[in-house]
Amino acid sequence: MAKKNSFDFSAWIVQNMPKLPTYVAVIVLVAIMVIGHLVYGSFFTPRTISSLLNDNAYLIILAIAMTIPVLTGGIDLSIGAIIALSSVVGGTLANAGAPWPIVALVMILLGTLCGVLSGSLVRWFDMQPFIATLATMYLAQGIAAMISSKPIVLDKQFGLRLFAYKFMIYDGPKNQDLKISVGFLVAMLVLVVAYLIMHHTRTGRTIYAMGAPAKSSAGLMGLRTGRSLSSIYLLSGTLAGVAAVVYMASVGKGQNIMGQGWELNAVASAVIGGTIITGGYGYVLGASVGALVFAGINLIIVRDGTISPEATTIITGLLLLLFVLIQRAITSFAASRTTSENKPEGLDPGAPIDPTSDTGAVGAAPPPEVSRT
Amino acid sequence: MMAKFKPKFDSRMILTLMALVLLIVICAIKDPRFLQIAYSGGRFTGPLIDILRDSAPYLMIATGMTFVISTAGIDLSVGAVMAVAGAVAMTSLENGSGSAGGALVAVALALGVCVLIGLWNGFLVAVIGLQAFITTLIMMLAGRGIAKVITHGQNVQAQNDTFAWLVNGKFLGLPFSWVLATLIVVGVALLMRKTALGIQIESVGLNQSASRMAGIQPRRIIFSVYVISAVLAGMAGIFSVGNVMRVEPAATGMTNEMDAILAVVIGGTSLLGGRFSLLGSYLGAMIIATLSKTIVWLGIPNEATPAFKAVIVIAVCVMQSSLLRKVFADAAKNRRKKVQGNNKAQTPQAEKLKAAKVGAAKEGGR
Repeated sequence: MAKKNSFDFSAWIVQNMPKLPTYVAVIVLVAIMVIGHLVYGSFFTPRTISSLLNDNAYLIILAIAMTIPVLTGGIDLSIGAIIALSSVVGGTLANAGAPWPIVALVMILLGTLCGVLSGSLVRWFDMQPFIATLATMYLAQGIAAMISSKPIVLDKQFGLRLFAYKFMIYDGPKNQDLKISVGFLVAMLVLVVAYLIMHHTRTGRTIYAMGAPAKSSAGLMGLRTGRSLSSIYLLSGTLAGVAAVVYMASVGKGQNIMGQGWELNAVASAVIGGTIITGGYGYVLGASVGALVFAGINLIIVRDGTISPEATTIITGLLLLLFVLIQRAITSFAASRTTSENKPEGLDPGAPIDPTSDTGAVGAAPPPEVSRT
Repeated sequence: MMAKFKPKFDSRMILTLMALVLLIVICAIKDPRFLQIAYSGGRFTGPLIDILRDSAPYLMIATGMTFVISTAGIDLSVGAVMAVAGAVAMTSLENGSGSAGGALVAVALALGVCVLIGLWNGFLVAVIGLQAFITTLIMMLAGRGIAKVITHGQNVQAQNDTFAWLVNGKFLGLPFSWVLATLIVVGVALLMRKTALGIQIESVGLNQSASRMAGIQPRRIIFSVYVISAVLAGMAGIFSVGNVMRVEPAATGMTNEMDAILAVVIGGTSLLGGRFSLLGSYLGAMIIATLSKTIVWLGIPNEATPAFKAVIVIAVCVMQSSLLRKVFADAAKNRRKKVQGNNKAQTPQAEKLKAAKVGAAKEGGR
């Protein structure tokens, strides 16, 4: 660092690069609420806040689900289709008289199954994540359409509706109640579990390591990248199944077109929340803030009312693009700072490194994982 | 000069051709009328001719996707671009006259909008350096929004004989759309292989910095492949809506990006870039068109089509994977000589990989 006496803004940016976009997301969330309150009114009311939290519980879960593959530079395009498949199967089972815990379990396990399929394709067959998950997406969509293409309405008394039950936190006057739904609590539980997995387990730390610019470096260090690759898509698929349960409980029906395009919403939420799309940086907590930012922007669009519903995907796309561009600017700025400060000397990037030679030193890593590099 | 332009017809191409024949044979076994070709009113008719007519959009998007993929990129937006082109063309025809000039204006407008979309994608990928899949994913969803905004969310119908002739017309008794699509592919192939453009695209796909050091401008090349892909997708959109003279913004071109990727992968172009085979993609697109017809012919419900195609993508990618090749190579090696400590050490690994392969293949079959 050149100057030490004065505050070096660019150095601060470089140092705090990983956390910066998440800070920005929090600021944007507050800004959206304040601007929304000032322009359209009634944003800071118990009713708006509870609907923002409860109606977007599924989006929070999906954003967390998407963050995990994006951290490694991958993507899971199948989460929307998993919701379609899970909801159709769940609805069919429920109407056939299955008890609700079984229905919920089957819905979640269907997500896991799709995740295992994507994960196996990426891990064993070197498919690029977006091709593998695109294939899973169409597979799930097709199966969902084969089962039923009509909306399957859940019985009002069906046990799964429990997830839509709202606890009264504050009983205000005239509908101004602060309520928290079971679905939102599930989302918070998912957040805590995902946080623990990502930051306090070997798998989580390996996932972060796999997002490094040199994709093979984690494997060369002897980390079990293969196993983590499988767990990434297993986790995102399972979480999509959980989101399907929460969403279906809140809307009370399942359909094969449900969840169409939600992968973009989830990517947008994760990216707004500070997950760098090329991988390596990001937090699950940021993703849930990003989901709320995304929901807040949608709320403004609805309140504004001048934008036609046909244009919403355009707005979503532009929003995602904006944040990706900001990230691109920040990362290239940080990269230019770091490379100009400590240029690599005497490093030969072309030097051949034999990945198998590490096997003996590490010992624990089984051959398939290492040979993936 | 012409001798230089010789499409490679290797063993992989023969396999692709065999797959095409296999599909036709399956349909013929189900009902021999599949092979019937009648000649009436100056045109051939029959299921096989229908396949030719329906193949035009697939040929277009597969060709465009081939170039994008060989620069190690991807264009997920082709289906949405088809919808945009269809929406622009139909809206223009609806408001314009029913004359040949009206059709020309509609085509020009549709392709013009597609050039803009291609420039947008190309700019973001080549100049800003965003990942191709995220850029085109945005366009995949936003494009459908654009198509809906153009038609105000409605399905638009129009009448124009010239425009309809583009698709339903005949040329020497064959569907004009297929003839035109083939001519476009041949033209593009000549452009790629008679000039240095093709080899430049391949070199950018292999190694961007190396190609830059060799004096190629990767940015310009990447820029151009996205524009080419969008224009060809626009042409596909015109073929697609011209068939029924109606655009459905929510359905036109839906899941066609998958078809394009599938055609390219079947044709032997590596998803990792650096190598492309236009003839392979051509055959791949014909297989996709035949497959769509096969699904209808065998009476498989229409809704199952995406799942069906997904299974095929998975199967093709699994067959192309290095893991499977390694398993086969190891098996062959072990058969040849069962000694050598090195080989013995590899055997349990190969067994393990094989077990995993079987497991994943079961997954794929579901």
